[in-house]
Amino acid sequence: MNPIEAELTRIVRANSGRILSALIKVTQDFTLAQDALQDAITQAIAQWPESGPPQNGGAWLYVAAKRRAIDLVRKESRHHADATQQILTDLQHDQDETAEWEQDIPDERLRLIFTCCHPALNVDAQVALTLRTLGGLTVREIARAFLASETTIGQRITRAKQKIKNANIPYEVPNHEDMQARRAGVLTTIYLIFNESYSAYEGQSLTREDLANEAIRLCAILNRLDPDPETAGLLCLMRLTHARRAARLDTEGDFVPLDKQDRSLWDQTEIEAAHAQLLDVFANGQFGPFQLQAAISALHCLAPSWAETDWQQIFALYGALAAYDPSPVVRLNQAVALANMGGHNKALEQLNTLEAELGNYQPFYAARADILSRCGEEKAAQIDYDRAIELSKNKVEKNFLFQKKSALAASLKNNK
Amino acid sequence: MQFMALIYSADGAEQNYPGGPEKMMADYYAYTEEVKKAGVMVAGDALQPTSTATSIRERDGKASLTDGPFAETKEQLGGYYLLECKDLDEAIKWAGKIPTAKYGTIEVRPVMIWDQ
Repeated sequence: MNPIEAELTRIVRANSGRILSALIKVTQDFTLAQDALQDAITQAIAQWPESGPPQNGGAWLYVAAKRRAIDLVRKESRHHADATQQILTDLQHDQDETAEWEQDIPDERLRLIFTCCHPALNVDAQVALTLRTLGGLTVREIARAFLASETTIGQRITRAKQKIKNANIPYEVPNHEDMQARRAGVLTTIYLIFNESYSAYEGQSLTREDLANEAIRLCAILNRLDPDPETAGLLCLMRLTHARRAARLDTEGDFVPLDKQDRSLWDQTEIEAAHAQLLDVFANGQFGPFQLQAAISALHCLAPSWAETDWQQIFALYGALAAYDPSPVVRLNQAVALANMGGHNKALEQLNTLEAELGNYQPFYAARADILSRCGEEKAAQIDYDRAIELSKNKVEKNFLFQKKSALAASLKNNK
Repeated sequence: MQFMALIYSADGAEQNYPGGPEKMMADYYAYTEEVKKAGVMVAGDALQPTSTATSIRERDGKASLTDGPFAETKEQLGGYYLLECKDLDEAIKWAGKIPTAKYGTIEVRPVMIWDQ
């Protein structure tokens, strides 16, 4: 990518959501707005290398996209004449368009976020549409990040836009009574995007930075436009997780679990900033599951080592989290904290009650194998490692489990 | 804009209605009054059970009749409301209040507009 293309990509990513939301508000048409922006980008690719990138790239793109939108509205025959005239009037309302971008266009991205994450769209469609419109990612970039074909992602976005239009999904911020449930839906979608960047089911590399950064950026925008303790909690959780990313892979690209990570590789500046933000959020006194998860993550981040981690607090926080989310995975993590406090037998007892629900969940067997081996139950531990290896879909994770199992087998041999 | 709320449930599932089938009938009556009063209701009907259904097909110019519904699925169409709403959110809000939502499924579909 040459420097001008890189600059353009950066400007598109930063401004796509705002430009599209301003155009959709007036035209009520996702497809038309996106086509107009795409044409503006094409125009920039043609003009910028000669003229050099403009001083305010975002304003330039907005003006170009708006002019294009006016052309497209004029061409579209399906609008009723009156409606078309109204749209054109609204689009053309100002003389000085650059000033309009700077001063007069309110940030409409909140509407766009809530429409892209509307519960009447399936989750895959929400993710793709959010990344395309708010994140300004190309269909190719989204396809690569989700290991899907461009056709699949393209169709997913097209279908979502058609449903918004044909089923008349409103382009609105939800009313007060629905707000909490709808916001929770948006946060789930953002967290899904973030987690996708960390999972690599068939892939080889473990982090896909773009998605993680995009999820963090979206959450920060949401929290600025619609401040809420849980939104801030999710933002802190993702920042803290992401601050540890450099230690997640070793020099060979293999996954390093938290207890073996080189903590000097963690981004301390980011950890401190996110921790400070989390303390501010807690001052609100309105707790929720994302804030609790962020608090657990912060305790890991602040601990000088795995052994010196405040397991007692982590155990208590998982207990509080279970009140919101009584899922077996939360109880699994609570049992792991208990084991690390020294309560191996109690932890095993709790784990055994979860086996029916987590019988296909790799981390369950990896955790129980680890606790069993610490209790001297090597044979049972080996069986659990085998099951964990069988269930793992990730190459680096499989390698790691193999190593643990081999180490256990070696110690069994030596003890004989 | 008109939305059709299609009411699906398994045969006999109304027995599971909180408070029993009689409470369900009373709630349907109250709901219908509410949508009428709100000016949202365009039409609405309940259908006789699928045991009364006859399916008709014509293939190669020959009509054939089958005793029973079009598809033997667990949940069957049992009735509908046609609602006038400003957008999908309003339609979802009204559809969610249909008593059968408590034990069956309400499918909301916008009505096609041809003059566009």
